[in-house]
Amino acid sequence: MADIVTHPDEALNARQLRAAERRETFTLLALTLPAMVAIFLVIVIPVGWLFSLSFLDGSGKLSLANYQKMIEYKSYIRVFKTTFNVSFMTTFLCIVIGYPLAYFLSQIPRKYVGLFMLTVLLPFWTSLLVRTYAWLVMLQRNGLINNFAIDLGIWDAPVKLAHNLNGTLIGMVHIMLPFLVLPLYAAMQRIDRNALQAAANLGATPVQAFWQVFVPLSLPGVVAGSLIVFVLCLGFYVTPAVLGGGKVIMVSMQITAILEDQFNWGAASALGVVLLVSTFAVLLLASRFLKLDAVMFGRR
Amino acid sequence: MSWLKSAASETQITHGERLWLYVLAGLIMFLLVIPTVIVIPMSFSDSQYLEFPPSNWSLRWYDEYLETPRWIKATFTSLKVAVLTMLVATPFGTMAAYGLFVSGSRYGKAVFFLLMTPMIVPVILIAIGTFYVFGKVGIVNSTLGLVMAHTVLSVPIVMIIITSALRTYDLNQERVAQSLGSTRIRAFFEITLPQLKFSILTAALLAFLTSFDEVIISIFLSGGGNSTLTKQMFSALRDYIDPTIAAISTLMIVLSTGLMLGLQLIGGKDKGQ
Amino acid sequence: MTSDRTASLSISVTELTKTYGAVYALNSVSIDVKAGEFLTLLGPSGSGKTTLLMAIAGFNRPDSGQICFGDTDVTVMPPHKREVGMVFQNYALFPHMSVFENVAFPLKLRKIPADEKRQKVMEALATVQLSDFAERRIDQLSGGQRQRVALARAFVFGPTILLMDEPLSALDKKLREEMQIELKQLHRQLGVTTVYVTHDQREALTMSDRIAVINDGEVAQVGTPRDIYNAPANSFVASFIGESSFIPLDRDAGGNLLYDGVKIAKLPAGQTADKWSLVIRPERLSLVPPKAKPSSKKLYFKGHITELVYQGETALVMMKIAAGQSLVARMNTRAGDAVDTLAEGQSLTVSIDKDDIITIPGEAA
Repeated sequence: MADIVTHPDEALNARQLRAAERRETFTLLALTLPAMVAIFLVIVIPVGWLFSLSFLDGSGKLSLANYQKMIEYKSYIRVFKTTFNVSFMTTFLCIVIGYPLAYFLSQIPRKYVGLFMLTVLLPFWTSLLVRTYAWLVMLQRNGLINNFAIDLGIWDAPVKLAHNLNGTLIGMVHIMLPFLVLPLYAAMQRIDRNALQAAANLGATPVQAFWQVFVPLSLPGVVAGSLIVFVLCLGFYVTPAVLGGGKVIMVSMQITAILEDQFNWGAASALGVVLLVSTFAVLLLASRFLKLDAVMFGRR
Repeated sequence: MSWLKSAASETQITHGERLWLYVLAGLIMFLLVIPTVIVIPMSFSDSQYLEFPPSNWSLRWYDEYLETPRWIKATFTSLKVAVLTMLVATPFGTMAAYGLFVSGSRYGKAVFFLLMTPMIVPVILIAIGTFYVFGKVGIVNSTLGLVMAHTVLSVPIVMIIITSALRTYDLNQERVAQSLGSTRIRAFFEITLPQLKFSILTAALLAFLTSFDEVIISIFLSGGGNSTLTKQMFSALRDYIDPTIAAISTLMIVLSTGLMLGLQLIGGKDKGQ
Repeated sequence: MTSDRTASLSISVTELTKTYGAVYALNSVSIDVKAGEFLTLLGPSGSGKTTLLMAIAGFNRPDSGQICFGDTDVTVMPPHKREVGMVFQNYALFPHMSVFENVAFPLKLRKIPADEKRQKVMEALATVQLSDFAERRIDQLSGGQRQRVALARAFVFGPTILLMDEPLSALDKKLREEMQIELKQLHRQLGVTTVYVTHDQREALTMSDRIAVINDGEVAQVGTPRDIYNAPANSFVASFIGESSFIPLDRDAGGNLLYDGVKIAKLPAGQTADKWSLVIRPERLSLVPPKAKPSSKKLYFKGHITELVYQGETALVMMKIAAGQSLVARMNTRAGDAVDTLAEGQSLTVSIDKDDIITIPGEAA
């Protein structure tokens, strides 16, 4: 018979069982090590370094000079305003355009969903750069949109749709739409159909049932999707850079510009830190109102 | 048409009353797809201004692409980095997803959050951060640096896919295998892994595409002769609208769409069994 | 096949405790399973019976306690070394392998040579009457067939202990009852120590050599089916097994239990509970014909009928007796039986043999 170690104040075998439990958990968590090391090297250390850089001034001394400059220079404040504005507008447009599409997808018979979903997934699978380029070409003065509109008589002279805010918004909405539609569709799918039947049975017209039962139940999906879109917009670079024509300057573009022109790591990293903090603030705020992982990945 | 009068949902609203929704949705879907699709015929246009529809058809921009060493070298660089990323990120992410899922430990939440940071931290920060740190270590403008960064970007996606596959998978099979005498590792490789094949393939493909399509980090971490395709394209876009990009874009669309559609087909065949 | 099997082992569980946070799933449980016996762990959902089975299999780690198979302490032994055969509720067959490959899996792990492996697999399949199904895929099988493959896979490698977690609960009633008999026969044939988990008391009574009734992480009673049914040790077992009516009893100074002033039983010394109940099984009650002479061997209950429920082969007669208590009797419904003459509201007297009386400490559960 194997030895049983008994301690007067410990239950039978408790020590050995706890040790075995610890060993097993350790082995399993060790599987996450390669990924964690990679993330440590690529994110934790670099971002940490940026953090510390932001607190050093030009001569390498510890100071808040970089942050002070941000508050003083109107251009920096403008950049943040622009970034938040563009993000809000993009998110809003995505909700307005994406909700009907998600609703449509949730209402058609299951077997057709895959087919129509391809139109949402196709942009997802295509390179961001390719899509931005496509819009650039389409929004030109003699591009597709202008020619089409003039031919149909919608407007007379070519409208400037590229290299400005309009072009930027159009491009960003197109890029961000799948990020809203997919979680929203998932949330709509989970709405209990019986609730709508019950509403009809209790006397609600289809329109009433929609606004008073369906929409409220779909709101968590709207919030989840909007969050993803908003956070992505905050840090976005490629599309505003290409379609904005230099008039729409977002934080990411400003950071890049500072590095390219002045090689001022202090200023660039300070801006970066503010961007990071804003992103975390938005997510923290949202997590107060939502169980984020439940909404994004479905009930556990 | 009697279909218009039939009920469309539990509230008994008819299809006819909802026609506006179908038209609107159709329009949105059209607009979603159009930009991607339109690039393809435009790439065959002879003119410098990429008209649609093209007045003259030609392959000149494809020739331009194939004959410019800069573009071809960049393509190979991108492919190399993407394949390496796929080969590293897929096992890293799968192991992490499995370990977290099965352990059920209370540190799990913290670890999960850490592993999801690449999705939360704005990419521009990762780009400049790694540019700085890798610069100090001397691996800026190297395959290693780029693969590391792209791997980290891909790991969360791989984890999400594998975790959701594990949720619908019956873990009891591993327990049974253990009760029958198999070690945990053997049970994973012989029982679980074969059943996760499709999800792993999907994850690998998405890791590949994430790396291949990635722009910002590539701008900072690759340069000169080691530039990725996306970096070259971005530079060209900023300066002028190089029509060659239309040809390259078409090829990229064909590549990613082909891969993903192919994957769906394989998946369909598997389930049909 | 039984000739080269090692003798099956006994299981002894000592002071096993498992908590999840503040909840005791198992509270210092001790139980012994004799070598070769069929023991059922019976209890409602959440009682801890599955937790106990999983601890024996090695799939959850208790907080403290000891588990021994025969003379070997397996408390910290990993599951793949324990040599137990296990059948899960959802069978957990390997869908990417054929029936043959599923059953052969444990033999492959033990590096059994191909010829011997094939022979053992086919023997196992023959035992569960699936000889022709060796090459089938799992998704081509019905529920009952899958269950048998899971069984074959669990005993093909000659384990000394077999564990089953509600293996029949996914089958429909008729198939379940057939399989209960088949499993009992299989057990007799293999002679392997078997621990079986179920919440269905009829299943437990049908199949087991002994039953351990589990409630709230503790063992309420262990005994043969007859013991459990006829002599429940407490109110939980009395109400969980069979249907019963509970009638409070009085206890007098001399340690006697009284009903309506009549002495029913004398308590042995040392019984400290001061509340006792009379447990009446409905099928033990008989109608008392109006002219019958009272017998000292019976206990009588007078009351009136509140409800009559016809249930096919029997009928339930629900009564209210003196002191406002409810009593339920179950009577046969053969043509000509007195039950036909009964009506709701009618006065009625029923009787029970004093030998069929059960007394338990405590009140109705």
